[in-house]
Amino acid sequence: MTNQLPDLRTGEQRLRGLVGDILTEAKKQGADAAEVSVSEDVGFGVTVRMRELESVEFNHDRGFGITVYFGQRKGSASTSDSSTEAIRETVRAAANIARHTQEDPAAGLADADRMATDLRDLDLYHPWSVDADEARELALTCEDAGLEHDPRIRNSDGASVSTQQSCRVYGNSHGFIGSYLGSRHSLSCVLIATDDAGMQRDYWYSTSRVPGRLEAAKAVGLEAARRTVARLSPRRVRTGTFPVLFSAQTAGGIAGHLLGAISGGALYRKASFLLDSLGEKVAADHLTLAEDPHLLQGLGSATFDGEGVATTPKAFIDRGVVSSYLLSSYSARKLGMATTGNAGGVYNLTVSGRTVPASGLLSELGTGLLVTDLMGQGVNAVTGDYSRGAAGFWVENGEIAHPVDEITIASNLKDMLNRVVCLGDDLDTRGNIRSPSMLIEQMTLAGS
Amino acid sequence: MDNNLIDQARNQLLSPAGIEQSDVDHLIGRLMGSDVDLGELFFQHQRHESWSLEDGIVKDGAFSVDKGVGVRAVAGEKTGFAYAEDIMLPSLTAATEAARSITRQGQSGRLPTPFRLDVPARYGADDPISSLDDAAKVAILNQVDAEARAQDPRVKEVNVRLAASHESVLVIASDGTLAADVRPLVRLDVSVIVEENGRRERGSAGAGGRYDLQRLTGGDQPGALAREAVRTALVNLSAEDAPAGPMTVVLGPGWPGVLLHEAVGHGLEGDFNRKGASAFSNRVGEQVASSLCTVVDDGTLDGRRGSLTIDDEGTQTQATVLIEEGILRGYMQDKQNARLMGVSATGNGRRQSYAHAPMPRMTNTFMRPGNHDPEEIIASVDDGIYAVNFGGGQVDITSGRFVFSATEAYRIHRGRIGAPIRGATLIGNGPEVMTRISMVGNDLELDRGVGVCGKDGQSVPVGVGQPSLKIDEVVVGGTSTG
Repeated sequence: MTNQLPDLRTGEQRLRGLVGDILTEAKKQGADAAEVSVSEDVGFGVTVRMRELESVEFNHDRGFGITVYFGQRKGSASTSDSSTEAIRETVRAAANIARHTQEDPAAGLADADRMATDLRDLDLYHPWSVDADEARELALTCEDAGLEHDPRIRNSDGASVSTQQSCRVYGNSHGFIGSYLGSRHSLSCVLIATDDAGMQRDYWYSTSRVPGRLEAAKAVGLEAARRTVARLSPRRVRTGTFPVLFSAQTAGGIAGHLLGAISGGALYRKASFLLDSLGEKVAADHLTLAEDPHLLQGLGSATFDGEGVATTPKAFIDRGVVSSYLLSSYSARKLGMATTGNAGGVYNLTVSGRTVPASGLLSELGTGLLVTDLMGQGVNAVTGDYSRGAAGFWVENGEIAHPVDEITIASNLKDMLNRVVCLGDDLDTRGNIRSPSMLIEQMTLAGS
Repeated sequence: MDNNLIDQARNQLLSPAGIEQSDVDHLIGRLMGSDVDLGELFFQHQRHESWSLEDGIVKDGAFSVDKGVGVRAVAGEKTGFAYAEDIMLPSLTAATEAARSITRQGQSGRLPTPFRLDVPARYGADDPISSLDDAAKVAILNQVDAEARAQDPRVKEVNVRLAASHESVLVIASDGTLAADVRPLVRLDVSVIVEENGRRERGSAGAGGRYDLQRLTGGDQPGALAREAVRTALVNLSAEDAPAGPMTVVLGPGWPGVLLHEAVGHGLEGDFNRKGASAFSNRVGEQVASSLCTVVDDGTLDGRRGSLTIDDEGTQTQATVLIEEGILRGYMQDKQNARLMGVSATGNGRRQSYAHAPMPRMTNTFMRPGNHDPEEIIASVDDGIYAVNFGGGQVDITSGRFVFSATEAYRIHRGRIGAPIRGATLIGNGPEVMTRISMVGNDLELDRGVGVCGKDGQSVPVGVGQPSLKIDEVVVGGTSTG
């Protein structure tokens, strides 16, 4: 069971060449401007369950997307086929669409003078030489550590090892072309524990661009086990208003809702609860959300955004005040502003503010709810109304009293953001939005 | 199955690459190590087109083509899976070698004679993308925009999207399966933002199914969707804070059937039950819902979004009774889980595309109607809420805990519908909530055809439906504790 992945480095020049060919074809078919994204992803994942191999899945994806502009009219097309004939047909399909779309004054490439020129290497590509057999052994070690941890863990939804490599190339008719190679590896474990009150599941995972930086397989399995067992025999709590502490794993979601509300697309569509908020105070005066796109080995690192514009380190929320929106050149034009280099979102966003050692967070909470899991999509981006299913732990006088399940927490995001009391020093760095635990002064809990 | 459909799929998917039946037989033979139960090739070609309008102009359109082959070897509980993004013999061979890596290397197995299914198609085979010309598509978007804006001066933003896709699949497997399907899918979505005295609210409506754009946009459907989106947005402009805590909840017919999808649907998928990971595991024959509840998953309904002539493993779809008068009758199965549980596949083996391995998934899941008039149900409630529209939902199948979020709901006081309330999440435990269903309406409706279900990172189109029904107690996640 061995299967080594190809090295994408050898393919990068070919993909850059492909971008050039597609742009040439667009010009030949009469487009005034065009932009092309090409990607190639390769990897595999191995899952074991109850100490047996469950699945081995190999993936290899290639594809390109083109957007053409005829004056202010636009059309897009994409395909997984990069043959000469497919390129011609795909460009033709995009051009056909542009014949029927209507003039949009804001349409077009980002301005040429905003194209990134500093395309430094951010150290994002670290292929893992693991083969499927070794990956299986690692997954078995991970799951076994979890299964052995507690007799109440009698079932498992499996442990997985995954390794992925990608190459992304973007080019446009300004002459800009940029590419980067990246890797991402992960190790995860989902366990099921049972007691007289029923079954509960929980999980843990580790992810990194660098194989050597993954948490040890045993540690991932053990943490999954601890979290799963801790949820057994949950109770509801009484309905009322209480302080709520979001764990680092759940607090990133609140930052995400805030960033969504100051994103260009939501703002120009008036689909945000933070319209006209630039320069306004929207959150507690200690809270800062800033991005660092050039972080070496960062999961969200990039030197240029989705339209070739240079990325720059900056704050979006600076001590509670909106200091920058997240704009692409399109949404910027709609708002009469300039792009912030955020076509495609944020790049390594970190939440910071008044920080308390994680060990002291429960006493800061006092009596209230520690949330470790959220369910559902009950967030209204237009009004900020927030109502989601939650699970976690009831805390009495700074001590965990019992697990909690089947309750909702509700408020409005405007109130929640202004009522952030403090953060923990336990930053979760496993994603593009990196948040520590976040204590919110008060929300409505609905339970029994 | 119409033999022409199989020949048509072969001509489209295999002939261009010069792939012969003998090549396919050889590949499946390579998959068949001594311990392998199933070797399968899934060929797919899909075209997709969408048009979108905002700020009163049709500003974007996109077209995509995707084709490839998924190769799978199943041995007991083990699955090996790989795919090729082009339909060419060398990449197909490489994917086959990767997929068989789970098997003990041995000689190739012997293949049974393929059998052709004779299955009535659940929809037409014509390409919906070309069922209207591009100028007509643009005109429909503009018509919806105009209709929405004409409804009320408080309408500030209108977004409209029209999408169509056409998919051909061919499934060839070591169990003799030789099946093909050609699937149309269309949808039209409208979303509006209304504003009054600085307060803004969103409303949306959509419809779709497995038919062409003529049918989707015929009659007054585009105008009706525009009016519905505006109506829901205006209702929410005057919404009051939702209550918090356990309450009696009446659900309207149709789309609120997302309740069933979350509360019981996922928990009755075969894979979770084979693994003993579901709150419904090992409970066939037991009472899991009130005796008023009969829940069915039916992939055979004509033209429905969740319908399929065959599933993605080549099994004919069927109507599967999951819960009959409250008693759990069975699970939804794909081939692998059916074999491991010693039951028959139910035509629920689905996959997002050739690049994903199939698993048990819902098709159209709904509750059969009961005896009560909906007015009677509302009149029976002294204090509660009436929820008629929902966003999404989610379930933890192991504990049975599920949520779904109301986007249009009203208070009920003394048997009468009162003021609208703000969107709120409802949370409960599937097996518990189902036993608290105390009245079922005679007004079964299926949703308009916009459902997307996600599982293990794979999205597939589904349908939901139900009559009006009353749940004696479920937790409502509002902000008002007064």
